[in-house]
Amino acid sequence: MAKKKVKRVDLIFKGCDCNKVLTDALKMPKEEIIQMLLDSELKGRGGAGFPTGLKWKMAAAEKGNRKYIICNADEGEPGTFKDREILDQIPLKVLGGMALAAYVTGAREGFIYLRHEYRFLIPKLEKTLETFHQWMEDFELDFTVKLFIGGGAYICGEETALIESMEGKRGEPRNKPPYPTHDGYLGKPTVVNNVETLVYSMMVMHIGSGEFKTMGVKGSSGSKLFSISGDTPKAGIHELELGMSLDDFVKEFGDGNTKSVQVGGASGFCVPRNRFKEVHVGYEDGLKGYSIPTGGSMMLFNSSRSMYNVLHNYLVFFEEESCGQCTPCRVGCQQLLKGVEAVKYGEKSHKYLDDLLHLAATMKLTAKCGLGQSVANSFSSIVENFREEMIY
Amino acid sequence: MQKRESAIKAAVQKHGKERKNLLPILQEVKQIKNYLSRSDVAEIGVEMGLALAHVYGVASFYHFIDLEERGQNIIWVCKTISCSMKGSNDIVMTLKERLKIKLGETTSDGKFSLLETNCIGWCHKGPAMLINDEPYTDLTPEKVIQIIDDYYTNN
Ligand SMILES: Cc1cc2nc3c(=O)[nH]c(=O)nc-3n(C[C@H](O)[C@H](O)[C@H](O)COP(=O)(O)O)c2cc1C
Ligand code: SF4
Ligand code: FES
Repeated sequence: MAKKKVKRVDLIFKGCDCNKVLTDALKMPKEEIIQMLLDSELKGRGGAGFPTGLKWKMAAAEKGNRKYIICNADEGEPGTFKDREILDQIPLKVLGGMALAAYVTGAREGFIYLRHEYRFLIPKLEKTLETFHQWMEDFELDFTVKLFIGGGAYICGEETALIESMEGKRGEPRNKPPYPTHDGYLGKPTVVNNVETLVYSMMVMHIGSGEFKTMGVKGSSGSKLFSISGDTPKAGIHELELGMSLDDFVKEFGDGNTKSVQVGGASGFCVPRNRFKEVHVGYEDGLKGYSIPTGGSMMLFNSSRSMYNVLHNYLVFFEEESCGQCTPCRVGCQQLLKGVEAVKYGEKSHKYLDDLLHLAATMKLTAKCGLGQSVANSFSSIVENFREEMIY
Repeated sequence: MQKRESAIKAAVQKHGKERKNLLPILQEVKQIKNYLSRSDVAEIGVEMGLALAHVYGVASFYHFIDLEERGQNIIWVCKTISCSMKGSNDIVMTLKERLKIKLGETTSDGKFSLLETNCIGWCHKGPAMLINDEPYTDLTPEKVIQIIDDYYTNN
């Protein structure tokens, strides 16, 4: 097991001739591009970690000539801000990734689903789209991209909720399967990729899959942008190789007094100090100990922080952002929030926390989508590790 | 009223009547007065040939499509944890005092509404807020007072 120290990378924001990368890539057979992505083992950077090459391959295999490419720029996970920076600094790399996906799958229309909170980026993006569409003409690739602005709802980052909202409906997640690659926007095959994933697909074309795989560890290849906030002297966006231990991460980014790190935002896990050494940041396979896949949100808390306040803040977030479609999540979020308040104010005995842990576990099993299923991640990891702070 | 009705017609004409255009149409009509009234919602339904219940259901789903009357400018202060740890509460308190309103209210001159929202993607530069589409970061009480004063002098 390769144990990696924190390794900085400068790939995403580094200047690169996107036009040249596209010129070369669009001369390659489609299968070869898919193979390069598969070889690179690039996984989705939006949080779920689905292999990107496989997603494109599935959409490419679908029949019909109406397919869509959607760039998921709904970035709503608390503590994440890297997609905003990417769209601000290097929008052409994102669009380049969309063009690759379009070429490979045969899609002719694409959308950037931009969260409402990033509306200030619209003028810049519109301008970049003009350049991009000129390129598409030059490359004779029949592909146009439009902006679609979200209405303000965290759940619309979930790909099927995103599609529902683009179809003029409430952003309520669908059952999966069918997956969007088969039955997506307007019932057509649709590739939904995170902003950062699209950039990395360009970078794989640029540096090659072999070079890409020299970074990270097996199963979690390459690098990733981390959005780092909270009690740290180095708050900001940092591109790091995957597979590092949390201990090394905290040595680099902590303030010397780090009590816990929330990996993956409100829907991620809280890791207390005594487990920093055994926890690694990357996708499941290939990492010993515990590994946490993540959209890149890293929030550090030092010992002056009340973990009750942290949990309470997350629960308010979930209670507000639950789409309300399924009972375990709609009612569960409300009850967890009420429950921790009741224990804190002494209206319920501390044993009630066990009932709440049970409820969270039930939500994980029965909620319809990733939102309701992941409330238990932060809830259980905070309550189990900081039980006294919940009570006193 | 006349102006509003024609604006709705124009928005529907511009985007097209298909249901998939509902969100952009709601957003466009909302821009006019910073909120959608019940009659706007009904009107959009009629123009698009969609049930009022559907249009209302969609409009009420999204945080930034207000169905309550708002001021000319809407302030959204981030209340999520990273900003809260950096003092977003002080920012809200300062704004309440400066504007003489509570959260959810609008100033008597109709200039500002004060609201909270969840993470707006500036967590490393908290506390952060939006005024309309514009982000403001690394806020301090002094800084927000200056921002509000500037709004009053410039707009
Ligand atoms: C509640 C919820 C919120 C999500 N929010 C986002 C988001 O803001 N951005 C994003 O790229 N993916 C988000 N996802 C993941 C998407 O459903 C989807 O997996 C992702 O966009 C696929 O892109 P990728 O394979 O490139 O990661 C969210 C998932 C859930 C369950
Ligand atoms: S789990 Fe929550 S967000 Fe997901 S469908 Fe159910 S109610 Fe909606
Ligand atoms: S927590 Fe305030 S912007 Fe993210």
